[in-house]
Amino acid sequence: MSPLDKRLLLVTGKGGVGKTTVAAALGLAATRRGKRVILCELGEQERLTALFGSTLADETERELAPGLFGVTVDPDRTKEEWLRYQLKSDTLAGLLGGSRVFQYLTAAAPGLTELVSMGKVWDLAQLERRTEGAVYDLAIVDAPATGHGLAMLSAPSTYAGVARVGPIRRQAEIIDAFVRDRDSTGVLAVTLPEEIPVNETIDLEARLRDELAMRLDAVVVNAVHPQRFTAADARRLEGIDGRGSDEARAAVRSALSEERLARAERSQAARLRRASRAKLLTLPFVVEPELGLEELERLARILERRL
Amino acid sequence: MIERWLEGKDVCICAGPGGVGKTSTAAAVALGMAGRGAKVAVLTIDPARRLAHALGLDELGHEAHLVDVPVKGELWAMMLDPKRTFDQLVEQHAPDERTRDAVLSNRIYLELSNAVAGSQEYMAMEKLHQLHSEGEYDLLVLDTPPTRHALDFLDAPRKLAAFIDSPSLQLLAGPGTLGLKLLGRGSGVLFGAMKRATGVDLLADLSDFFRSFGGMVEGFRERAHEVNTLLADERSTFVVVTSPREDSLDEAAFFHDRLRDAELPFAGVIANRVRKPAPEHEADVAGEVEELLGAELGRKVVRTWDEERALAARDRAALRRLRKRLDGVPLIEVPRLDEDVHDLDGLARMNEHLFRRARSSPPGRPSPSRRTG
Repeated sequence: MSPLDKRLLLVTGKGGVGKTTVAAALGLAATRRGKRVILCELGEQERLTALFGSTLADETERELAPGLFGVTVDPDRTKEEWLRYQLKSDTLAGLLGGSRVFQYLTAAAPGLTELVSMGKVWDLAQLERRTEGAVYDLAIVDAPATGHGLAMLSAPSTYAGVARVGPIRRQAEIIDAFVRDRDSTGVLAVTLPEEIPVNETIDLEARLRDELAMRLDAVVVNAVHPQRFTAADARRLEGIDGRGSDEARAAVRSALSEERLARAERSQAARLRRASRAKLLTLPFVVEPELGLEELERLARILERRL
Repeated sequence: MIERWLEGKDVCICAGPGGVGKTSTAAAVALGMAGRGAKVAVLTIDPARRLAHALGLDELGHEAHLVDVPVKGELWAMMLDPKRTFDQLVEQHAPDERTRDAVLSNRIYLELSNAVAGSQEYMAMEKLHQLHSEGEYDLLVLDTPPTRHALDFLDAPRKLAAFIDSPSLQLLAGPGTLGLKLLGRGSGVLFGAMKRATGVDLLADLSDFFRSFGGMVEGFRERAHEVNTLLADERSTFVVVTSPREDSLDEAAFFHDRLRDAELPFAGVIANRVRKPAPEHEADVAGEVEELLGAELGRKVVRTWDEERALAARDRAALRRLRKRLDGVPLIEVPRLDEDVHDLDGLARMNEHLFRRARSSPPGRPSPSRRTG
């Protein structure tokens, strides 16, 4: 089953590997299949905003591109939204949300923020929304980096265990079941073809399996340099050895360094392929000074072909 | 350069976004200072395997370990284990064994000490403080965890202290079971609502935890205060490490602002992996390269070179914007090295840019060597 046909997709990976870019490109890829998609960013990151030149303030679901919507999930506001729904009373929710005791308790309750955020993105993926709002075919979450992303995924099951009775348990169980249902929820990891991000991806896959009995749907290896030079090319380049003008020598050095880089990247990608059971996709390194809509569309076309 | 930032300092905290080479930078700084005669320890969280190997961290990683490298001073390395540090803190502050075991096995504590954002960062600071009070080293270099919001750890001690002082904790951890009674009876609209929203068991678990924790409140509060004092001390300094990528620079600038707002000692920014400016474009380099290498390979080389120049220009522009944004903040550039830094040689190559030797003599003439003296 294509991850684009699921209802909820979480995109995670080490910090700085291009999660937001990949999440946005996935969103565009899904709209190319005629889907109505919402992209969720957590907290005030404003990265999606930057990509689409739009603002996502105040929790509104806003159209970023035809068929592609975006929303910022702010933990505090989401907590209050959740309370309002929970208590069916704005007055009580306001009272409780404004109470310092409650704020300290919820801040101290480990993973409650993650649970409430998961509840919000779960809601966005429902055909019948708990809160008022439009209905989407697919919700894509620009999730936090690996460790925190896992904490978010496991929050529902943790709470289903910790809260032995009561509304939290009921909701946590519903969300947890949805997250673990492979037809409903998918997890994509983004990585770079470098040592530490690859390690972290392998670790993520193992922890998903061991701690949550979940699988990775796909790994997107981002920013891969082209394999432009052959080993024979490299030997010839090394043979130049100091000949030519300053700039010609610098050009040859940069070609050699590119060849080494591409080779190192290939060996990291191969290591990942051996260790992972997930489908591996690669996206090319983009040279353009700024990643605009045009480049995003290009990445989206690549992803759509492969997913 | 950086030796001037570190003059008279005994703590250097390297912070910044993930994926910019922060661990290598911290290790290079430590190595360089050890080379200048200091006894230095670098504390890191999760180094790349090969770098860990080079630092001797693949075995006995959680104990300080003398790195086998010929320097004037000493280079020590250790890997932080935040969970272990947290456990040690509890052991240290628990009034008795029963409390200690109750906390260490409490489900809330396990979650808190393992995963929750902020606690890892805080424990890194805690370990730093511990080593600093032991006074074994001239300089401690800390490589902070690469959190998305890279400053969470700054708030951690404050949050902990504020939380410990909060009325809710006083209530729950207070003498007897007053807190529990209040919750149990659901007295008052507030607690009734809270019960409906959360389910009473969760609150009971929490209050159990806080009651056991209550005996340790004083110790933790004092400790958090000491950590804060250490971070703000004039003998400590923060260094922000970044790469010339736009999103890393944004985070670095944000980081700088937060440090300034928190009135913490800040030395400067290290921009790592900067593409070197290309030489002036010469008239017909494409023709020359194709002549040297033949048309096919030549074209590939020229294409790569054009890209390299474009990327170097992008880096320059990004750094110009950063300099403008951080008006007057010292900035050291470390060029992108051909290979990932993964051994002591690589660290030494970084140091050629981090530590600037006085280049007193023009190229071609031997520089006056202090070693002969």
